[in-house]
Order: sequence, then structure tokens, then C-alpha cells
Amino acid sequence: MGFFDQFWQLTIDGLMVGSLYAVIALGYTLVYGVLQLINFAHSEVFMLGSFGGLFAARALLPDGGVPGGFQSVYLVAVGLAVGALCGALAAFTLERVAYRPLRRRSAPRLAYLISAIGASLFAVNLAGKEFGRQNVDLPDLFHNDTVFTLFGADVSTQSLVIFAVAIAMLVGLDRLVAGTRLGQGIRAVAQDADTAVLMGVNVERIIIVTFVVGGLLAGAGGFLYAMTFNASYSMGFVPGVKAFTAAVLGGIGNVRGAMLGGLLLGLVESYGGYLFQASYKDVIAFLVLVAILMIRPSGLLGERLGRAA
Amino acid sequence: MSRAGSHRASARRGGAAAVPGARQPSMMENVGGDPGDLVVEARDLSLRFGGVTSLDGVSLRQRRGEILAVIGPNGAGKTSLFNCLTGAYRPQEGSVTFWPQPGQSTELLGRRPHAITRLGVARTFQNIRLFPALSALENVQIGTEVRQKYGPLSVVLGLPHARRAERDGVRRAADLLDLVGLAHRTHEQAASLPYGEQRRLEIARALGTDPRLLLLDEPAAGTNPVEKRDLAALVTRIAATGVSVLLIEHDMGLVMSLATTVAVLNFGRMIAYGSPSEVQRDPAVIEAYLGADSGTGPGPGAGGAGNRRELG
Amino acid sequence: MTGPNVPGQPAPRSSTSTREGREGPGGPRRVRPSWHPAGLRSPARLRQLGVLVLLGLLAAVVTGPTGNSDHPLRAAWDSIADPRIVLFLVIAVVLWLIVALGGQLRTLAVRWTTPVREPVGAAYGRRGGPIALNLALLAVAIIAPMLFSTAAQQWMVDGVGIYALLALGLNVVVGYAGLLDLGYIAFFAIGAYTTAYFTSQTAMPWHAPFTLNPFFVFPIALLLAALAGVVLGAPTLRLRGDYLAIVTLGFGEIIHLLANNADGVTNGARGAFGVPHLSIHLLGIDYTWGIDPLPYYYLLLAIIVIVMIAFGRLERSRIGRSWAAIREDEIAAEATGVATLRLKLLAFAIGASVSGFAGVLFASKQFFNPQSFSLQASFFIVAVVIFGGMGSRLGVVVGAVVLQGLTFYLRDLVAPADRYIYFGAVIVTMMIFRPQGLVPSRRRRREIELSEAGVGAADALGAAPTGARP
Ligand SMILES: Nc1ncnc2c1ncn2[C@@H]1O[C@H](COP(=O)(O)OP(=O)(O)OP(=O)(O)O)[C@@H](O)[C@H]1O
Ligand SMILES: [Mg+2]
Repeated sequence: MGFFDQFWQLTIDGLMVGSLYAVIALGYTLVYGVLQLINFAHSEVFMLGSFGGLFAARALLPDGGVPGGFQSVYLVAVGLAVGALCGALAAFTLERVAYRPLRRRSAPRLAYLISAIGASLFAVNLAGKEFGRQNVDLPDLFHNDTVFTLFGADVSTQSLVIFAVAIAMLVGLDRLVAGTRLGQGIRAVAQDADTAVLMGVNVERIIIVTFVVGGLLAGAGGFLYAMTFNASYSMGFVPGVKAFTAAVLGGIGNVRGAMLGGLLLGLVESYGGYLFQASYKDVIAFLVLVAILMIRPSGLLGERLGRAA
Repeated sequence: MSRAGSHRASARRGGAAAVPGARQPSMMENVGGDPGDLVVEARDLSLRFGGVTSLDGVSLRQRRGEILAVIGPNGAGKTSLFNCLTGAYRPQEGSVTFWPQPGQSTELLGRRPHAITRLGVARTFQNIRLFPALSALENVQIGTEVRQKYGPLSVVLGLPHARRAERDGVRRAADLLDLVGLAHRTHEQAASLPYGEQRRLEIARALGTDPRLLLLDEPAAGTNPVEKRDLAALVTRIAATGVSVLLIEHDMGLVMSLATTVAVLNFGRMIAYGSPSEVQRDPAVIEAYLGADSGTGPGPGAGGAGNRRELG
Repeated sequence: MTGPNVPGQPAPRSSTSTREGREGPGGPRRVRPSWHPAGLRSPARLRQLGVLVLLGLLAAVVTGPTGNSDHPLRAAWDSIADPRIVLFLVIAVVLWLIVALGGQLRTLAVRWTTPVREPVGAAYGRRGGPIALNLALLAVAIIAPMLFSTAAQQWMVDGVGIYALLALGLNVVVGYAGLLDLGYIAFFAIGAYTTAYFTSQTAMPWHAPFTLNPFFVFPIALLLAALAGVVLGAPTLRLRGDYLAIVTLGFGEIIHLLANNADGVTNGARGAFGVPHLSIHLLGIDYTWGIDPLPYYYLLLAIIVIVMIAFGRLERSRIGRSWAAIREDEIAAEATGVATLRLKLLAFAIGASVSGFAGVLFASKQFFNPQSFSLQASFFIVAVVIFGGMGSRLGVVVGAVVLQGLTFYLRDLVAPADRYIYFGAVIVTMMIFRPQGLVPSRRRRREIELSEAGVGAADALGAAPTGARP
């Protein structure tokens, strides 16, 4: 089958995955906007959220058989909530343990990166030890029937739900940053932390909130990810790098940029994976990253958190 | 006195009239001499940060060997001008020509700061930027070794030419420490030096790069009267070795005693240019300083340290 | 709360004062409020106790039984419900008491033992350490392995030697240039696969039309790795410093992926078999490094000593000074004429070439597969450098000895995969409590102290993140 026969299917798959990248990318972008720091351990927040949601949904799953109707919705809601909670908790702990002591000391930048790497190594392998090192599957939460056909491409309930939830989260975050007092604080700190302090913004609180919001999104995104793929202790790395790429693609520190970047990257990867070879899918994202860094390091929409939101 | 505008009109004559040859021996008596022998010329520099315009069509010429002082109230754009000359900022408009030797012109704009330094433009910073954990000697060595060519392999193998270059760098650095009166601090960490000595160490480091043009950004800020006097002597001595000095200074006493020419910036524009006494009488200058005085800035003669800002 | 002012500096930047009770460089030590027993029940102290108890629980979980996904929380619960927990809690409380009560004692002790200011020239690059100490360490390094079991000797080669060499190379990037390379092992892989390509017709499906003695591959691998480093570093290094970290991370993963997937080239996950051992046939000398670990050990030791001497010279040269200048103030370094980009690239390439060089040694010693070049191996080398002390040559070697020594002695207690939990914890702990490492480089320690006090910087990654304590 040629590329064009598959085009719409690839587009839909790409958008679905891309919306997940976007959700994770927001975590990178928010923290970057506020702290000017790449949170290397964000992928582990995603992983822990994913496990949390998956285990919660699985615990409530009736024995045998795919749930249906209202029960599916209920399970997804529980999974999302628990996943988001676990993600938020992980991000909060991460900030407290790996970053805050360094901030108090005004440690050099290198220290933060290294500390994050350490935290990430710790979390990945502790998860491996506690949850085993095999892939963990979440049974289907929906009858995986096709809801409708779009330009000859099948759209399953599951992908529709994932896409819809992801988009809802993106819009919600955008509203949060653009339209609330909290968002105003976040933008103020992102633009100029010193001035923000003078204006009475509690920077410490903003930083924690930023981590927690990023964690909520990544955790919920982790559960969505586990619905289509599966979870494992090392699952964070690849989506993490891709989400970071998405954040840079859109302009790191820029909320709408991260969303755009995520969707674009999902598409590029989906088409590219079909045209080349699926096992090199991950390489594509990396090449995209290097290409943007070389051609337009400030990303498509520019870097300021305050600007686009 | 010549205003910035008329000055700009005569800008072109510069390089063409200059005679290639040996460096001018001494400059104090050279003031008002051959007007064609320029060391640097900036034309119509405009620098904007978003909405803020820090330089608005500034033009400036400096004759070889001259001590040119740039003054102006806080935020006038003096440091921004330095940053444009040294490649730290890239102005949106304008050009900067530099003559390392008479008759040898180079465009500075668009070059990276280290390349500009290697061409012979060195600077100090308003908020001292030493290498704090390096010793005084090593700080200056960074400067004196800047044009050395030997690579890592020669270092590792301890080849004679690398050793020779290293010794040479140390010797020149030690000489410069001597020149600025820091010989007794040779092996002390830069961060442990008192403030005034740090300022002088920064000058030594800049001199280490063997500049033709030395840019000093408020070298007397925060120093006491004795140190100020020493500094004036030092600057005179540096100028006497054939280095042109471009100086930002708030202390009018120092400016009057040192500078052969003074340029006044205000709100990113050059409002006056001429000899110290001319400038002091210029109504526009008095106006600018009075205006600033009602704010926070020090007026002419009020040797305030000014507020220190980070170089972005 | 502002910390002590730094003498001779303009007013400190808003985000850069020292932590309460810390000594500003050269400044007077702040006297803590005197201690009252009631202080033990102060909210701050109680919070400290809470944190320590949580850490005790975490330690119990980390050292507890292994779980699985069918009962995700059971392993954690089992380790907390185990009687061992008492031990951890007791340790936590004892630690708390030491921290709470020992505070003043330590302050006093430190106050009496530290001179007001570092002695003159303390950070000035003395030539190496005291010679006697170095010779003694070398003697220990030569004699010790003879007393070990063969398994331990093997470990001294595989675990300590190779990683010490790798850490010395990464130290150039992290310690000297102040950058972070997270894909460092990729250059090691390049070295190893280059060796397989040139020295054997059978190790991989893809091979050179001729075979070389592994010794001749050293320069090739060195150059190739350096080239890869330059190609990767040149576009990335002009960007913001932390991008290098993520690009190298991606690069490391791609090399791993290629090695694993390109069956027709690298033999994929099966790995490369039958790379010949190192051998010398020169001037009547015929010697082959066989399966006996000791000869390899001494070869490695010799190489490590040479590399340490070489990097020591580099560190004290114009190049090393320029690296220090870049770390401490990149803008000032540029303005003083230091070609910062070129020097960073140089550090990156030197690091990469050491890694490639080590790859040749590794490949000619044993069978390898892509597993040997996993991301975690990269992180482990970072852990070694951080633990030992970035910028300190002796430090990173000690780091490799200690971390790998512990892995060896605890090999029956800790599953291999679980080691990385501890390495991760070591990295975070070091960054919090002792960023200069176990055997710090004087200069690096001083830089970190000064930069935390708001004077200069300690890496080449730009200004510290926002939110630093005023
Ligand atoms: N990196 C920057 N980003 C934004 N604005 C800047 C930057 N650098 C300078 N400016 C602005 O440009 C203007 C001129 O600043 P500059 O530092 O050149 O003044 P100055 O004459 O050196 O003042 P002072 O006497 O206080 O040192 C100021 O309004 C300043 O806010
Ligand atoms: Mg200024």
C-alpha cells in the first residue's frame, strides 16, 4: 500500500501520539519558562504517573472481559485522576529533593542537571525493582471497535478518547496560564523573576505550582499513554526525549509552542516511521531536534512563556 | 565645540589621510595633531532592546593615542556603546571601524568578542568580572596567552616552543602586575583582593592582550581618593605607551584631568563632543545632568559610582 | 536574609548570597544562635526528623524485596512491615540527633580549624599532589591486585580500570570545560565497533578488507571518536549549555539503537565475537594479552597514569587556564580573547577520544554487545566523576575504585540492575551535600563556593536558574 493510501490513517495516529507528546512537553516548557532549566527527570514523572493510573484502573477492572459503557468512562476517569495525582506527587518530591536544596544554595547550573539525572536514575530503577522489569499491559478499557471512518481511516473509541482528553488538558492549561491569577504569576516569574519578587509574587510557590501542574499533566498523559501502548520502568526515556523535542520545536518556555510542537512531531514521526522503518522512528525525533537546534534554536513560536500565552 | 552632527560630516577623511608606518610615539602632545589618524570610528550606531532604545544613532571618533572620555547620566547608553564596540552586543544599525595600525582598517561589527580582542580592542567591565578562583597572575596570563598558538599535543608532550610560550606569558603577566602595582598579590586569588585592586587587576588583564585600544568602564567607581589618584597616573602611563584609552567615568574631576576629549551621551544620543572645558560649559550637558540630578544619577563632578548593572 | 558580603565585590546580586551560617569567601563566619534543648522540638527540627524518617522508609524500600507488577505495592509494603524497619528508623533518629546536637560542635570545630582565608596561592595550580603520596598510591595500585582473587582481579580490569579511564575522559568535559555529556558511552561504542571492524573478519558482518593489530586501531578510534565529538558538538555548543546534555543523550541512544538494530552491520543484539586480543610483535618481543586479567590490569594502569599526567599538564597550561576562565566567567573570557567555542569543542573532542580509545581496549579484551553501551553506563560514568570530584584527576579514579569496589563487594546482596538505584541516590546526595566530590579539585571547590556566594560561575552553562534563595 502506498503512502497516500495510508495518509489519513497515519495522520490520525500521528495526531493522537502527538497530543500526548504535547501534554508531556508542557511540563518541560513550564519548568523551563520559570526556572530556565531543563527538567531531565520529567520523563520519570510521566512514568510514575503512568504506573499509578494503570494500577488503579487495573485494580478496579472487573474480572475477565472488557468493560463497556459507563464503566469504561469511570475507569478512564479514575486512571486519569490517579495518574495525575501520582505525577504531581512525583514532581513535587522531585522539586523538593533534587532541586530545592540546590536553589537554596544558588548552586551552579550544572549541579541541577546532574542532580536531575541522579533522580531520574534512581526513580527508573526503583520502579524497575518494585514493579518488575517487564512491560505491563493495561487491558483494553473500550471495545476497540471503530467509531467512524474518516477519509478511509479508522478512528477507534480509544484513540478518540485519548485525543479528546489530551486536547482538553492542553486547552485547560492554556486557559490557566493565560487567564488566571496563578497563570499571571507564572508568566511574571518567567519574564523576570527579580521584578516578580518586587511585585509581591511568591516565587517559591510559583515554582512548586509549576512543577505540580507539569506533574499533573505528565501523570495523566502517562495513563493515556499506557492505554494505547504499555507501561514499563524504562518507558519514560523515549517519550521524554520526544516531548522535549516538541517543546524545543515550538520554542521552549512557550506553552502554545509546546502544543504545536507536540502535534507536529507526532505527525512527522508517523509519516517518517511509515516511509522509512518503524524501528528508526525514535531516530527521526532526534534528527528533528538537531535540525531545529541548528536552523532555528528558538523554535517555531519563539521562546517566551509570557509571549504566546 | 563640535556637536555630534558636524563631527559626523567630517568622518570620512580618516583612514585615507593616515600614513601607514610606525606607531605614534607619544600622544599627550599629539592632541589636536593629525586629525586623520583615527584608531576607532563608530558610525550611526543604533541598539534597541524590544521597546528600549539604548543607542540612537551614535557616532564617535577617537584619534590614536587620545584619551577619550564618555560621560552621561545613568542609563544613557555608555556601557551599551562599549558592548557594541567589543562585540558583546550587535547593534541593529551602524558600523564600527578599527585601525590596529595606521592605515589598516577593519570592520568590527559582526565579529565575535574574542576576535575583536585579538585584533587589539580590550576592555574592563563596570561590574568587575575577574576569574575569581584564578590567581592574579593567572588572570593576567589569560590575557597574555591569547594569541599563543600551540595546541594540546605540544602541551602534553612538553615541547620546547610551548614551554617557551608559557614562560613568556608568565613574564609578561608578571610585568603587568608590576605596572598596576599588584606584584605583591601575584599568587593570590582574584576574589580575595580588595575592590580597588580588583579594578586594577582587570586593567592588567586587559593590557595583557596587548591592545591598541583600551576601553575602561568606570574604572574609578567605588575607589577611594588615593586609589583614584593612582588610577589617573596609571591611565596616563598606559596612554604613554601608545595605547588609546576610551574611558567611561562619572567622576568629573578624573575626566577633566585625564581626558583630551569628552563625549556626552544622554538617552542614547550623543549630545556633546569636545574638549573637557567646552563640554562642561555646554548648556545641553548641564541640562541633561540637571535633569538627571532630579532623579537618581550623579551630576558632573559628583563622583558617584552609579548603579551597577549586569552585562547582558 | 542576606548572607555575608563578599569583600571587594560590588553589592552581591540579588540571587546570590550565601546560605545562613555558611562562610562567605574570606569573610567572617556567622555565629549561630546558641543551642537550647528545647530547640529539638522546634518546627524546623521536627520537620528534619520527619524528612529523615521518610528517608529511612525509602531506604528500607530500596533495600527491601523485589516486587512485580501483579502486586505493585506489596514489595514496598513488605519492606516497611519487616522488622528491619526498626533499624532504619533508629538510624534516622540517631542521625537526626547528630545533626541537631552536633551542629554547634561542628561549627566550633570548623571555626577553630579553618583559617580565615585560604592560604596564599591555595588554588594556584601546584604541580600535581605531593610526589610521595602519588608514588605511594601508585605502589598500592601495583601491588594490591596481586593479593586479590582472580574474580576480583578481573573486576579491577573490567569494572575499575576501564571506568577510571572513561571517567578521566569525561572529567575533561564535565570537570574542565564545565559541560555535561550524557551520551559519553557512545564514543566508547564507536571505539569498540571500530576495533571489531578493523581487527577481525568474523566479529561483525561488516568488516575491513584487511585486518589490523588492535594496537593500530588506537589512533584510528581516537580520531574517529574525536571527529564524532566535533560533528556533534560544533552545532550544539553554540547554543545554550544544557542543550548539549540532551543532544548527547539522544546521540548516545541513537548509537545504541543502531548497534542493536543494524543486524547486517554490527551483528545486532548478538554482539561482536572474536575480536583478537592485544598483542605486540616488535623487535623480537612477542607478547599477547590473553585471558589472564593481570597483564590487562597493568596495561590499563600504565595508560591511566599516562593520561593522568597528560591531563595534568593540560590543566596547568594555557588551555586548562582558559577552561577555568570559561567556567568562572564566560563573558569575561570572551572579552579577554579566549575562543570559548573552540575550547569547549576541544574539551568535548578530547573527552570523546579518550572514550574511543577505551573502547578499543574494551573490545580487544572481551566479547561485547550493545548492552555494554547502554545509557545507564553513561550515567554511571557521570556518577563516578561526580562522586570522585569533578575536575580532580585523582578524584575520578578514586571514584571509580570506590563505586566499583562497592559493587563488587555487594554483588551478592544487590542485583546488578538495582545498582543504579544506589548510583542515582549517590549522584543526588553528592549534589546536595558535597558537589565538589570526595577528593575535590581545589580550584573546582573554590569555584563552587564562590559562585554560590555570587562571585563568578562554576560551569559553562550560563547563569544559575531562577528561584535561588535571596
Ligand atoms: N541587555 C539589555 N537588555 C535590555 N535593556 C538593556 C540591556 N542593556 C542595556 N539596556 C538598556 O539600555 C539603556 C542604557 O544602558 P547602559 O548600561 O548602556 O547605560 P550606562 O550609560 O552604562 O549607565 P550607567 O551609568 O548606569 O552604567 C538602559 O535603559 C538599559 O536599561
Ligand atoms: Mg554603564
